[in-house]
Amino acid sequence: MISWFSHKKHPDFWKQYLKKFKKKLPKKIETTKFVVFDTETTGLDISKDRILSIGAVTVLNNTIDIAESFEIYVNQEEFTSKSVEIHGILKEGNLQKITEAEAIEKFIHFIGNSVLIAHHAAFDVEIINAALKRLNLPKLKNKYLDTGILYKKLEGKKDNHFNLDVLCNEFNIPKHDRHTAAGDAFITAQLFFKIIAKLKTERTVYYSDLFRVSDKKGLI
Amino acid sequence: MKNTIAERILDFLKDYPPFNLISKTTLLEVAKNVEILYFEKDQIVFNQNDIPHEHFYIIYEGAVRLYRFGEGKKHIVDICDEGDLFGLRPLIMKENYLMGAAANEEAILYGIPISLFNEIILNYPKVSQFLIASFATNTRDPFTDKHKGKLFANISAIQKVENSYSETQSAKYNKNPITCSPETTVQEAAKIMTEKLINSIVIAENKIPIGIITDKDVRIKIGTGQFKITDKVRDIMTSPVITFPENITVAEAQITLLKHKVSHLCITKDGTNKSELVGILAEHDLVLTQGNSPIMLTKEIKNAKDVETLKYIRTKASDLTKGYLEQEIPIYFVTKVISEINTAITKKAIQLSINEIGEKPPVSYAWLALGSQGRKEQLLMTDQDNALVFENVEEDQYELVKTYFLTLAEKVTEKLNIVGFDYCPAGIMASNTKWCLSLREWKNQFKEWVKDPIAEKILLSIIFFDFELIYGNQELYSNMADAVFRYIQKNKIFLSFLGKVTLDNPPPLGFFKQFLVEQDGENKDSFDIKSRALRPLVDAARIFSLFHNLKINNTIARYEKLMEVEPQNKDLFESCANAFKILLQFRTLQGLTYNDSGKFVDIRTLSKADRLKLKSCFKPIKNVQEALKLRFNTSQITQI
Repeated sequence: MISWFSHKKHPDFWKQYLKKFKKKLPKKIETTKFVVFDTETTGLDISKDRILSIGAVTVLNNTIDIAESFEIYVNQEEFTSKSVEIHGILKEGNLQKITEAEAIEKFIHFIGNSVLIAHHAAFDVEIINAALKRLNLPKLKNKYLDTGILYKKLEGKKDNHFNLDVLCNEFNIPKHDRHTAAGDAFITAQLFFKIIAKLKTERTVYYSDLFRVSDKKGLI
Repeated sequence: MKNTIAERILDFLKDYPPFNLISKTTLLEVAKNVEILYFEKDQIVFNQNDIPHEHFYIIYEGAVRLYRFGEGKKHIVDICDEGDLFGLRPLIMKENYLMGAAANEEAILYGIPISLFNEIILNYPKVSQFLIASFATNTRDPFTDKHKGKLFANISAIQKVENSYSETQSAKYNKNPITCSPETTVQEAAKIMTEKLINSIVIAENKIPIGIITDKDVRIKIGTGQFKITDKVRDIMTSPVITFPENITVAEAQITLLKHKVSHLCITKDGTNKSELVGILAEHDLVLTQGNSPIMLTKEIKNAKDVETLKYIRTKASDLTKGYLEQEIPIYFVTKVISEINTAITKKAIQLSINEIGEKPPVSYAWLALGSQGRKEQLLMTDQDNALVFENVEEDQYELVKTYFLTLAEKVTEKLNIVGFDYCPAGIMASNTKWCLSLREWKNQFKEWVKDPIAEKILLSIIFFDFELIYGNQELYSNMADAVFRYIQKNKIFLSFLGKVTLDNPPPLGFFKQFLVEQDGENKDSFDIKSRALRPLVDAARIFSLFHNLKINNTIARYEKLMEVEPQNKDLFESCANAFKILLQFRTLQGLTYNDSGKFVDIRTLSKADRLKLKSCFKPIKNVQEALKLRFNTSQITQI
């Protein structure tokens, strides 16, 4: 009941977001809309650090539509110069920036009920959830996939833990715009294509397989 | 708003035609609306007869094959790779796809919306020109007259439009030649020359040049007292004169001077020595045009006293090659000039060696160049391949004679090695006791090769069939050459064996990644342009020439002659000659850039235009190999 009351207080964009999940989602990789995204943050501490930028691309039927891509930069009071050398986003840079509230609203609108994909997705999802919490909103409802975990489904890779750079090298993806949210999202999308294709050469890949974290069943 | 991904896409597109012709702002608009499509191997992009998509495609990564069904069979039309456009024509023509397209390997395509592109075609004339040119070549068939001359149309279309180079530099010469009659006295002629500040005078009758006198003649023939100054010029003139028509290029002038070993050319109306004199071209005129002229170099070679000088001169010849290629002087001329220089160096090396031994050769002999030097195609400093033939001698003299020539050859090859021609790793050199033989022994050797072809022996012997006289006795050489042709005429099956060996070197079927790139070793990811592209053309030309008894070694000259001998295959041979020229130029530039033999090309360093250029050469290779297969019935040779 409490949740029903709090539900009432939610802003319109969140209500619309929730409504989208009432529709039954397709159960096929080809017809599923994926949003591949990445965040640049002030650091790796979910509770303390803040989002500086979100980048995302839409993937449907093995196609990325560039017109349907997302790239925003966020104004943050919390700012540590430590991470600047990684992402290159300055506090007072030339980039057009918006508030965190605006950024989250735009992002929620963009992702809708799609399945989210990110490399080491748990972090990116949690940092978005933390921002939602600051806006008194619940957590993301989307299903999500981790390209790091997907990679481990490949034969002989299950014990490995690799960062994006290593995987770029392995799959021959140019590492342009690394450490920009949009650039990394774009790279992750290509990585997603290539991992799925590789998986398909090893075995039949079902939609439900993608979400299974421990994957022993498929391998033995 | 910042759009990192669109900028990245723009960054890719801007390197490829026709996108390189579009302004950055417009291209960014295009990039923002691109679709990126991923295809697994063998996945279909579109089927033949499908209605056109809203996008056409450029390959970002991987490869796509285009195919067409006809008469119930599937034909592969082309295999496209990185940077290639496809699926555009139906969108413009508003017709269904004429061909199907499928991923030949894992591929990432950029889909460009046609709605945006239509406007670009209207606003950028260069883009539409490019598209017209590429449509024309996509439907090309080198064996129909319809598309004649368009075989390489895509190349000129892709080259930077503003870079309009002049074909070849035309040579400057004196258009007011001073002449005198044959009855003039030497003294009068010398006075005219002194007065007009010229170093030569043409002797003419009714404006037809019949002879020439130069400063040198005055020095050698008068100064020494051999002739008197009251003698007539007709007595001391050099006659006939070497002539050339009016439109002479620097390269042509250099070659003609070099070939006839003269210092002046008479330019006449129709280029013969029976027509009106219109100018005089002196060696000096060319030296002014180019400091590093081949004439200067051959002169320096002649005067060289040691091998270090030769080495220095050969380095200068490399610079010369580079300059020629940059000036787009036809490769045929460049090879001729450089071959002359290489020949001169070899000659000098032989003379120096004989001096060192301090004893003249006991019998007559001929120094032969084999392989690329024998074909006069050696532009870079590659391995030396040579051999020596000496006159038949009595048995009791044989050892002595052979020892002399082996010693000589040892010294010569050593010198050539210092100059920069590496020793032949297979030991095919005159210093090898196997390849320093008497005429009789050589004849037997060739007879054995021709009569009894064994695979490994054929491979070894191939380069011997391109032998060319460099220095020594012409008669020995001709005698040997005649014998070789006789043997082949008697044993034509030999040509089938040669053909078979050639075909074992598969043609590069139009596509980089899978067929062409070396699979392993140090040269992984690079394309062996020598073995995969040049050699098949060289081999085919050789076989057809041997078949027709043509005593020509140079590959381009061979194809040109074959065009005459087999007019029905004119187009085929012409396309081979063109492909060979392009490939040889390519290899040479590569070699000069990386200071190596140019054998391997790193395909990642190639521009799109260069890739297309290379690719356009593969079709003639395939076609000529097909022709070999049919002509020499190589399939009858099952096991070799």
